This record gives sequence, C-alpha cells and structure tokens, in this order.
Amino acid sequence: MPEQLLARTAQRGEGGAVGLRKIAIVPALNEERSIAAVIAEIRSADPEFDVVVIDDGSTDRTAAVAAEKGAVVVSLPFNLGIGGAVQTGLQYARDHDFDISVQIDADGQHDPGELPKLLVPLIEGEADVVVGSRFLGEKNYKAPMLRRIGIRIFARIVSTVVGQPLTDTSSSFRAYGRRAIGYFARDYPHGFVETVEATVIAARCGLRLKEVPVVMRQRVIGQSSLTLPLSIYYSIKVLVAVFVGIFRRNAYELKED
Amino acid sequence: MTPLRVSIFAAIAAAILLVTVFELMRSRRLQERYALLWLLTGVVVFVLAVWRGLLGWAAEVSGIAYPPSALFVLAAFFITVVLLHYSTVISKLSEQNTILAQRLALLEGRLGESEGGATTDE
Repeated sequence: MPEQLLARTAQRGEGGAVGLRKIAIVPALNEERSIAAVIAEIRSADPEFDVVVIDDGSTDRTAAVAAEKGAVVVSLPFNLGIGGAVQTGLQYARDHDFDISVQIDADGQHDPGELPKLLVPLIEGEADVVVGSRFLGEKNYKAPMLRRIGIRIFARIVSTVVGQPLTDTSSSFRAYGRRAIGYFARDYPHGFVETVEATVIAARCGLRLKEVPVVMRQRVIGQSSLTLPLSIYYSIKVLVAVFVGIFRRNAYELKED
Repeated sequence: MTPLRVSIFAAIAAAILLVTVFELMRSRRLQERYALLWLLTGVVVFVLAVWRGLLGWAAEVSGIAYPPSALFVLAAFFITVVLLHYSTVISKLSEQNTILAQRLALLEGRLGESEGGATTDE
C-alpha cells in the first residue's frame, strides 16, 4: 500500500512530499450557521483538501453558504439520513479518483486541526479506515453520562465482534483510504448511527481499522437531535444490525487497486 | 388454561417467523428498519406461547374468556401495526418518487438545452 501511494505520487509528478488527492466530506442538514466556519477551518488546517458538502435535504441556506465558501455542493433531492449522505460523498470521492477522504461533521464538533493525525496511518499504509476516538489518550470528552455509557457499550460489543479492541465506534470523525472508499461507495449502512454498523462491515470485508485519539469540541450551535425514545429505537436497530452483520456475507469482494 | 397443543403450535409458528426474518436480513433482502416490527411480533407471540401463565393473565385482564383467543387478538393487532407502518412507508416512497422524476426531467431538459446550443446561463 505505501509503495502504491508513493508510486501514484511520483506518477503524478506533483510537488510536495505527499501529492495525494484529499477530500473532506461534510454531510450537512440545516447547518447554515456553522458550515462556513467548518469549511474555512478545513482549508486552514490543510489547504490541499478539496471540500464536498453533501446537503441532505436542508431547508435553510446550507447549500448556498457552502457554495459561497467555495465548496463543491452536492444536494440530495430529499433527506436520505446521515448514512446515505456520507455514502454519496464517498461515491463522489471514488468517481473523482481521490486517494483519501475524511468525514467531518458540519456542526463544528470535529476540529479540523486534528486532521493531520487522522491521515498518518493512511499515508503510512497501516490502515484503510482511521477513526478519531474520544476515549483514547486524554479524557476530555464531555457529554451526558447516558450517552457516554451507550458509546462505551457499543464499542465493547463491536470490539468483540471484530476481534480488535476499539474505544469509540460512534465517532463520525473518520478518514478512508482508497480501498475503503471503493468498498463503502457500494456498501454503506443507511440511516442514523451508521458508524457502528460501518465498523463491523469494514472489519468483515477485510479493511484494516485504526483509532487515533482526537479531542472533540462541545457542540457549539444546535442541539443533539436524539431524544430518549429515539435513542432506544436506534440502539435496538444497531444491535440487531450488528448481530445480523456477523452472519451476513459481504456485498462485494474488496477490490485491490 | 391454554391447551398445550395451541402453545406448541403458536411457538413453532413464531419461531419460523423469526428465522425467516433473520434469513431475509442476512441475505440483504430485508433492511433492519423494516424488520424490527416483524421481529417484535415474533418475539411477543413466542413469549406468550411459551409462558402460558402470562397469556392466561393477559386474557383475564382484557376479559377474554378463552386464552388462545388473546393470542389471535394480539397477532391481529401486530399485523395491523405492520400494515399501517407500510402505508406510511409507501406514502413516503411515492412522494420521493415524484421528486426524483421531477429532478430527472428538469436535468434532462437542461442537458437538452445545453446540447442544442440554446441559451443557458452557464
């Protein structure tokens, strides 16, 4: 994998140590107040990043604001849910031949300053999917206790299923290499709380996972969309999905490029 | 008390339902969100079939003289809920289908305009 990446770099003959093509996928639903800052921060963290905003059926000015800021905007005709939006971004990355894509929330809770950390394992060829974990390293993640416990329980279950210790399977701050982009562009869980299921799918189809510690911010604008009954519904749904996922055959063979 | 044969039969039926739903999910022919109600139906019917005391109690509380009838009432209730759920799903799908058709037609129109060299704003 590293040889391949280096070969690609040489082949393109682009300047700089790393000539990889990188894209940030920002799924957004009614985030007109925070999207501009997120795009600007990605640019200042790493100017080599292209930004594609997947507008998941927003009714506010999210798409317009993102376009003004110079991001590519892909507007879905109606709300697909976070999983469908992320997959659209990965399809964009695949179709435009990007080497690395990073998923970043539009609400500002992911700090683009942490981007370089996520890229290291990909560039060194150690992993296909890198997850920014809130529970590795310094513990400074502040969230309601119930939510923290829920996140930990899912991490435990998924660790057992995939046979690799993981601390944060709910984090949507993730980076994908080419192999992962190619697979997830075709097979990615839909709906909400998709990351837990995606982790199981990744491990089952042979993608290598790695977590790196990241610091996440407190949600600045807006409230979490999760109410208690919804949380319970999604938890059950994810548990069923993880259980079925153990027995499910892969949708596609992983393509080596 | 529920006749033993009714309990056994109901438990087997519920188990077949659960296995079928699981197999459909495993082979990717049924999405989780549409499977959950069926799984709930199967689990509740199975529990009440096996736990005969609970079924007797539920029948007594709801004034049903013959406990196996409670099983039928319950199954009918769940089927109604599943059907109602599907009605909402179909409504949403047909609405999305309209939006897709409109977007596609508008896109084709724009494509035709630009290919024909007609005036476009791009």
